[in-house]
Amino acid sequence: MNSTLLTDNSEASLKKFLKTLAPVDAVGASARVEMLATRSIKTSSKNWAIDLAIRMVDLTTLEGADTPGKVKALCAKGVYPDPTDLSIPSVGAICVYNDMVKIAREALDNGGGKNIPVAAVTTAFPSGRASMEVKIQDTKDAIANGASEIDMVIDRGAFLAGNLGLVFDEIKAIKEICGKDVHLKVILETGELVTLDNVRKASYLAMLAGGDFIKTSTGKIAPAATAPVVYVMLEAVRDFYKLTGVRIGVKPAGGIRNTKDAMKQLVLVNEIAGPEWLDPSLFRIGASALLNDLLMQRMKMRDGYYASPNYVTLD
Amino acid sequence: MRIDVMKTYKLFINGSFPRSESGRVYEVKDAKGKFLANPCLGSRKDLRESVVAARTAHHGWSSATAFNRGQVLYRVAEIMQGRSDQFVAEIIAQEGATPISAKTQVQSAIDTWVWYAGWCDKIDSISGSTNPVSGPYYNFSIPESLGVVAIFADAKPSLLNLVASLAPIIASGNTAILIANEKNPLCAITLAECISTSDVPAGVVNVLTGKFDQFISWAGAHMDIDGIDATGVSKGELTELKELGAENLKRIYSFSELQSTKRMTNFMEVKTVWHPIGI
Repeated sequence: MNSTLLTDNSEASLKKFLKTLAPVDAVGASARVEMLATRSIKTSSKNWAIDLAIRMVDLTTLEGADTPGKVKALCAKGVYPDPTDLSIPSVGAICVYNDMVKIAREALDNGGGKNIPVAAVTTAFPSGRASMEVKIQDTKDAIANGASEIDMVIDRGAFLAGNLGLVFDEIKAIKEICGKDVHLKVILETGELVTLDNVRKASYLAMLAGGDFIKTSTGKIAPAATAPVVYVMLEAVRDFYKLTGVRIGVKPAGGIRNTKDAMKQLVLVNEIAGPEWLDPSLFRIGASALLNDLLMQRMKMRDGYYASPNYVTLD
Repeated sequence: MRIDVMKTYKLFINGSFPRSESGRVYEVKDAKGKFLANPCLGSRKDLRESVVAARTAHHGWSSATAFNRGQVLYRVAEIMQGRSDQFVAEIIAQEGATPISAKTQVQSAIDTWVWYAGWCDKIDSISGSTNPVSGPYYNFSIPESLGVVAIFADAKPSLLNLVASLAPIIASGNTAILIANEKNPLCAITLAECISTSDVPAGVVNVLTGKFDQFISWAGAHMDIDGIDATGVSKGELTELKELGAENLKRIYSFSELQSTKRMTNFMEVKTVWHPIGI
């Protein structure tokens, strides 16, 4: 897709390009994110940021114990996060396992959420340890059931073994199935990539292979979306845009539990990637507990006193 | 000749001793009007952090067995005993008390703490009941903890009032945010040090220092505080607390007796259970 940076589609040319990437200054990265984390966002800016963050939430349930009832409840919450206050926007998407896609799609269509996309995790999420045929079938299945966004995992084992061509080809194959209309988010699982250099490399690899979004983590492994990792990925999409003119989205997922964390992410987006990325089409936050805290902060801004979790839903 | 190592008075939130988020302190004077200490000027965010900590700790603390809670509380009394001299010195400085009356106060504070520790496994039997009903059912009334309770501690006698407010609230399974008396806050901070070195889980007790009038408006309106022991506030402040607390039906009480099971049961909810006979 975006392979104009590569001389051809061979592994050699991919490796050659990735070698040109500068190594990440890890100390500098943490210092910069720490400095940006001290920004304080108050009053009307905070109101604006809370609503933006709600629109960016990929409301997620990825449990072995997910039931159709839980998925339906989640969809209802995604459309009207707080039914007592209809001025609150809907979330960015609902993110579920493959077999729950149909249930989620129907629940959204019947519940006033026709334009909220359903995202499915595929390619043997979360480990990615399956044959290519299975991964392809997994993805086709999800799209057939109504998923308009696919969250795929990369083969971290292959990446760490230096088998970059394999990782590249897998992403490419899945993107071909997705086509133009279905958005592909590529999960790097940065917690398993060990270094920030690897994160930068994997980000470029995913963008070159045709991913529409690069996503930090599955949420099943700690550490997940740490600030330095998000920083490196935001730099990558910014530089990739300069090189190719294509804007790739970023989705941190895992560990973003409260409004303060979300605000810190938005500051990073604005300062590193730029204000163009402050939009649900280019930045999403994968979360489940975060939405309740955003709602409680919104109530606090509205009423002037701190809210209680008793006034938001449990899940 | 050596220079004394002076103590930094800090808050106690979620098991650690942070400075106030505001970065500010205020001056406390001793009974003779001389400088005594610079405790933290607690802010609204400090209160919010405490409420989050207390709410998180509530499930574990309230579901611990009553025997366990009793033992943990008794352990606090043991640590307080070892810290007696420090309490005595603080009471003399703050309240201008004589050494003898300060010592008596510390002793009765420790005794009061033990008195409430003993109630942990007895309060259910005394205030719960089995009720006669017209049907083939057993019917039980069981008191359970209310949730998160804030305390406005009374000024004098400072340690005894602290204990008489805090001990019953945590003995009944609630978690507490103790707002130290504005004028006499030192014993509260030392008590926090006793609690942190006993087996009380983090977040069960949080201690804040600062201005009462500010804490009244913040705590009164906070929707996640379920009850308030307002023994230390003035009549006008009590009215303000009650007006603010009406939004989420806070239980707000002042007490005059130091040792009374009312201090426990007023912050408990009665759960009634029906169970069919013969099953």
